Amino acid sequence: MKFDYDIIVVGAGPAGSTAARYAASGGAKVLMLEKDRDVGYPVRCGEAVSHEGVVQFIKPDPKWIASTVTKFRLVAPNGKSVVPKLDGSGYVLERRIFDYELAKLAANEGAEVITKAYVYDLLREDGKIVGVKTLIKDKQTEIRAKVIIAADGVESRVGKWAGIDTTCHIKDMESCAQMTLSGIHMDEDILEFYFGDNVSPGGYLWVFPKGNGTANVGIGLSVEAAKKKSAIRFLQEFVDKKYPHAAMLTHIAGGVPCAKTNSEIVKGNVILVGDAAHQVNPVSGGGIISGMIGGMIGGQVAAETVQRGDLMHLQEYARQWQKRLGWRHEIFYNIKEAISGFHDETLNDICNSALQIPEEKRSLGGIFRAALWNKPSLILDVAKVFVS
Amino acid sequence: MPLPHLMIHIVPGKCDFCGCCVGVCPEDAIELMESKIAIIEDRCTNCRKCVWACPWEVIEFHREGVGHLPTHMPQMINEPTAY
Repeated sequence: MKFDYDIIVVGAGPAGSTAARYAASGGAKVLMLEKDRDVGYPVRCGEAVSHEGVVQFIKPDPKWIASTVTKFRLVAPNGKSVVPKLDGSGYVLERRIFDYELAKLAANEGAEVITKAYVYDLLREDGKIVGVKTLIKDKQTEIRAKVIIAADGVESRVGKWAGIDTTCHIKDMESCAQMTLSGIHMDEDILEFYFGDNVSPGGYLWVFPKGNGTANVGIGLSVEAAKKKSAIRFLQEFVDKKYPHAAMLTHIAGGVPCAKTNSEIVKGNVILVGDAAHQVNPVSGGGIISGMIGGMIGGQVAAETVQRGDLMHLQEYARQWQKRLGWRHEIFYNIKEAISGFHDETLNDICNSALQIPEEKRSLGGIFRAALWNKPSLILDVAKVFVS
Repeated sequence: MPLPHLMIHIVPGKCDFCGCCVGVCPEDAIELMESKIAIIEDRCTNCRKCVWACPWEVIEFHREGVGHLPTHMPQMINEPTAY
């Protein structure tokens, strides 16, 4: 049987580009397909990453760093806030440039990239998946490959077509809205998080500095909570109250699957990476670095699989992911479940307790200990993270 | 089981194509391209999860069905040629 490529990657976000990069550097002939006309745009994200997360993959470059942050502020429902001391630093990215650079790294390793290429079905022969059906610049094209890597994001359908249930439960899906605002006066080295039933039930609202008086302001709330009031309404109310004079430069919608990793991420010759696999930290909703880690492992294992000609080897991806981050996300998920049950009074109590800790000792751990007073069973979940 | 009628309506011109609705749809009943979206009518069960998930209130539920809506354009997309 003749194949056009060894591996097709569907989606050119951070997970897809990283998968394509490592698959290509592993010796495979790789094609990456992106449905939008450009890589990295539109940006549907809070854009924050940690330094140690990002340097695993790419050297920090001022051209995709909007600001460097060293602190974050947690704001309780009553308006009191606490600024825990942090080790290390993080970045607020310019995702449109960052994603583009990641795609370039894949291309440098030999992966081909096609944009405005919409995958609308899997290509089958004798019941076996042998490629994808795609519209490339509106022209129907069938492309054959041995392995398909689905990096098609929160709206993933490739997995479903392969027989994997990737539907995210509405309790775990965060419905998101985000704006870029200009005329915001804030410290440019601090990430701000707002909590509470009136601000963002079952999630949080963020204000991230992007330099030059601009900020990425967004909200993610549980779809369960959004039944009563939508994300954009919560966000608009907050912005009207807090930044009445700010100018809105962009506004955009989004969704984040804050769940455990999908129970199945490999089936036959199809694997899922990134948001498509629900490889998101369920507490923070951060999925850039974890998606890239999923992409890296997926790309490497896919290339090995092609080389060995043994599809069973793809299962190694699921094993390695579980060992690397999957188990952690399971515990984070339990923590999320506990925290999302906290109401305003509890959150205010936690903030008050944290403020009583001497400032130099006010670490995230300290705040967490304050939270434990309200939910002692959390300790079991945290213990698991450190014991294993 | 075929539906008596579709009750889910995507308000034309308002969608941001973020995919949050697709992520919660248990029936794979939403087709989403770069800047096109449609409900696949013969798969939709009117479960409303997409309505709740939409961050921008673009997807509406009409108990009496969407056929009479002046803005409703019937679209059934299973074949790519329909684009």
